[in-house]
This record gives sequence, structure tokens and C-alpha cells, in this order.
Amino acid sequence: MADSFVITPTHYMLLSAALFIIGVIGVMVRRNIIIIFMSIELILNAVNINLVAYSAQLQNAVGQVFAIFVIAVAAAEAAVGLGIILAFYRNKETINIDEMNLMRW
Amino acid sequence: MVDTLLIPLLKIVIVLNATLVAVTYMVLLERKVIAWAQSRLGPMRVGPYGILQPVADAIKLMLKEDITPVLADKWVFTAAPVISMVPALIVYAVIPFGPVVNLFGRQVSLYITDINVGLLYIVSVASVGVYGIILAGYASNSKFPLLASLRASAQLISYEVAVTLTLVSVILMSGSLSMVSIVRAQESQHLWYAFVQPLAFGIFVIGSLAETNRAPFDMPEAEQELTGGFHTEYSGMRFALFFLAEYANMIVVSSVATTLFLGGWLRPFPSVAALSFLDVIPSWTWFLIKSFLFLYFFVWIRATLPRYRYDQLMRLGWKVLIPLTIINLVVTGIVKVLIS
Amino acid sequence: MGTAIAFYFISACILGFAVLVISTKDTVHSVLFLVLDFLFVAALYVLLGAQFLAAIQILVYAGGIVVLYLFVVMLVNLKRPPEAHSDPHRKTKLGLGLAAAVLAELALLAVRSSDMPVRPIVEAAAVPVSGNTEVVGWMLYTSYLIPFEIASMLLLVAMIGAIVLAKREL
Repeated sequence: MADSFVITPTHYMLLSAALFIIGVIGVMVRRNIIIIFMSIELILNAVNINLVAYSAQLQNAVGQVFAIFVIAVAAAEAAVGLGIILAFYRNKETINIDEMNLMRW
Repeated sequence: MVDTLLIPLLKIVIVLNATLVAVTYMVLLERKVIAWAQSRLGPMRVGPYGILQPVADAIKLMLKEDITPVLADKWVFTAAPVISMVPALIVYAVIPFGPVVNLFGRQVSLYITDINVGLLYIVSVASVGVYGIILAGYASNSKFPLLASLRASAQLISYEVAVTLTLVSVILMSGSLSMVSIVRAQESQHLWYAFVQPLAFGIFVIGSLAETNRAPFDMPEAEQELTGGFHTEYSGMRFALFFLAEYANMIVVSSVATTLFLGGWLRPFPSVAALSFLDVIPSWTWFLIKSFLFLYFFVWIRATLPRYRYDQLMRLGWKVLIPLTIINLVVTGIVKVLIS
Repeated sequence: MGTAIAFYFISACILGFAVLVISTKDTVHSVLFLVLDFLFVAALYVLLGAQFLAAIQILVYAGGIVVLYLFVVMLVNLKRPPEAHSDPHRKTKLGLGLAAAVLAELALLAVRSSDMPVRPIVEAAAVPVSGNTEVVGWMLYTSYLIPFEIASMLLLVAMIGAIVLAKREL
């Protein structure tokens, strides 16, 4: 790799990939649905880091505009998702995703 | 080295110390003013006319026993007052007390720093301050604080929307997010924004009363409601920290209102040459006078108005203030486009 | 040099807190680690010169979305932790192995692609304003106006949906 003291977009991409994988592991391994939602937020943040890093590299603000849209969509998704969790919790008194199997035969 | 490190460090030390002393004396000011409003004298015993009362209060609170409930979440319980206090203090990094002046032969700016998203920084730091209240109620592991903290944080995040929208109107007028540029814009437009945007000013004051949990919106911490609110289980220094955080928030909100709406460090009528004899009063003194007017106004309101019920409070925030701020924003935008 | 130290410190904190988010048993602590994670991501944005986005990250993500998570966690706080026993059908080790494979692949791609020349795919439009906030604002309101309007419609729909879903009786 290049001189470690110069931070290239590759460094940001590796950071973003690592954060992405941590989020994916959180979604796969944990069974508390709120932790799963938070891992999805980690994934979205990883994508944002990548976008902003390349926006700084290419000196084009499009990356930051896209990151703003990602944040807006994440806010909408968190609101609706947590509403669904609350509605489900009121009916079934659980937040364990293995017990959310109403549609299984 | 001196310019980039020592001088900002010195400014930070001065501002922090001044803020903490001001916060303790705010307590005395409040007790005195409310007492005078109620035809009594307030604290008079400690020192001449009760001047040393904050010292006595500080000693008392430091010597009190520090109780942590057994089932409480230790780390979060300890961290909650700190999370309440820190946002109130770090906002001072961007508040301008004055322009660049000549001190001891050096050009020194009377603000710690001027970032280009200063106003957005203030708003975002204030939104992090909600965590102290939520975590205090949760970590106490007790019904009353939990309910009170949910109420308090719901109130805070509701009025945050209205306050942020009024700030957007100010940004429309000044064309910049940096605090220093907003004051300079008021200087160049020859009019304080309180006169150009009276509705935004009024809504900012009402919203910041609710944001800092001050009367008439102090339902979350009134002793008659929910046995003392979210800081029921706190005692000693941690309780003191919560109260200091509230007063620090009040001072911060006054400083921000002064900068945005009352022209910051500018003297009244900064462009009228006939009044230039007022320039003998330095810029930062004008800033302090205007902030003090706000603080006095906050205490005055507390002594005068009765408390809002919680549902009335939420109705006011969502159904009255937010539509008004949106209308103000639309009208400001239209007028600005028509004029230019 | 200072940038490098800041970058390594901030990324260590981001990854450390992310691991803590997914591994803590107590949900409230997990949410608090998520807040810290977002604050460090905002610091990374400041390092990259995107100050407006950093402020928006703190304001919306750390000060809005995570507060929402905290509310829901406090409202559904059960007496026993929901993962008292682990599901025998869950193949944790296989999942972790696959994740490690994907990470290795992404890292390989990242390192390989750093040798390729970087060509700006989109012509940087000449915006007549300067300053980070002004440039982002200009692009949001001229080139990307339609996605902006659609995003606002999306937020309105999400707001109505969340209220409808969480109401006790309709």
C-alpha cells in the first residue's frame, strides 16, 4: 500500500467495508429486532462514509447530496420500522425475531 | 504557536469560568427577583444582601451524601448529568462576544472560533442535550422518573422543531450560517433581526422557554408533578449538576438569542452617527447587557405565569408554533425574492 | 500527519463502538454506543471537509433517529433479556465465516482499485457559490431538485405511517 501517512480513498473504503461487515454480522447474528435495526443503521453509515470520501476526492459535492438523501431515507425507514415493532410488541409481547413467525404455517 | 494554541486556550478558560460563575449567580438572581415579585426579600443572611448565597449553596451540595439506587444502571446514572451539562458548555465555542479588537497590541477576536456552520452546530449540539434527560429517567430504575423523563424529552424534541424553523428564517435574512456573519449582516442591514422578524423572535423566545424546561413549560421538573421529575433519585453533586445544566442552558439560549435577534455586540442603531457617543461602552458589554435582559425576562416570566398542562403544552408546540414558523418562513422567502 | 493520526483514531473508535453495538447484551447500552459511533462518523465528515453533512449527521441521526430508538427500547423493556437461550437452528459460525469472506473480497477490491486512475465520472458542474454548505445547497435546489421533493414526500408518508402504526386505536 502507499505511504501510510497519506490517507487515500482506499483507507476510507476499507473502513467503510469493515463497518458494513460489522453491520451485516449484527443483522445475521443478533435476535433482538431493535439491535438488527441498529445494525442496518451501521450499514447505511458505512455507505455514507464511502460516498463522502469520494466526494472529497473528486471535489464534487454530489456524494454529499446523495449522503443527505441516504440520511433522510434512513430516518423515514427507522420511523416506520419502529412503528411496526411497537405494533407487533403490543400484540405478541416479544421482540425476539425468531418468535415473529405469524406467517409461518 | 501562541496564536493557534495559547490564545484560544486562554479564551476557553475565561469563557468556561465566567459561565460557571454566572450560572451559580443565576440561581441567586432568580431567587431574588422572584422574591421581589412576591413582595419579600429573598436570601439576605449570607453576606451583604445575600450575595454569598451561591457559595453556601455550592458547599451544601458538595457535602451532601451521594446516593445511587441499588438497581440503577451505574454508568448511565453517573453519565446522565454530565451529558446534560456538556452541550450547554460547548455551545460557547461559537458565540461571538465581540468583533476583532486590539488587546495588548494584538488583534484578538472576542470569540473562541467562527465555524462556517456555526448555527447548525448550535442546533445539533442542543439536540444531543436531550439524552441527559432521557437517560436520567431511565437509569433511575423507578416509575416516576421514567415517566417524567419521557414527558420532558417529548416536550424538548417537539419544541426543537419550532425553534429550528425560526432559525431558518434568520438564516434566510443573513445568508450565512456563521454566527459572526449573522451579526455583521445585521450591522450592514442597519436593523436588528428582532425588528425585521418579530414573529420568529417571539416564537424563538417561547420555544426556548420550553427547550430549557422553564416556566410556564416546566411541568417535567415541577415538584408537584411526578414527585420531582426526572431528577428524583439524584442527590448531592449530581443533582447540582442537573440544575447547573438547566441554568447554563438558559444562559446559552440568551446568548444565542442576543446574537441572532438583538444584534450581538452592536450598539443600538449602529449606523446612526449621532449616537456614536455610545461607543464608549465596549462591544462585549453590550452583548452582556442584552443577554442579561433575556435572563431577567426568563425569571420575570417564571414569577408571573402559571404552568401549562402537558397536553396544552404539546398542543401549543405542534399545532400553533410549527404552522406559524412555516408561515413566517414562506413569507420571508417571498418578500426576499420580491425585494431583490 | 495530523490528518493521518486523526483518521486512524476516529476509525478505530468507529469500528470499536460498532462492535460494541452488536455485541452488548443490554439494549440501552447498545443504543448509547450507537450514538457515540455516529458522533465519531460526524467527526470523520469534518475531517473530509463536509461540515454541513457532519452537522446534519449529528442533528438527524444522533439527535433524532437514535432518540427514537431509545424511546422504543424504553417502551418495550422486558424483564428478561430476549436472548436467554440460543436457537439451535441458527448457524452462527457459518454466518461469521461468510462475513469474513465478503470482507476479504471487499478489501481486495479496494486495494486493487487504488491502482487504477481516477476519472471524474460526473463533470463537476460549475456552481456560482463557494463554501461547503452553499455548494451542497445549490446542488440540492437546482440539479437534484426532484429527488429532494421526492425525499420530502417520502418523509411525509413515513410520518403518517408511523403515527398510524403506533396508535392504540385508529
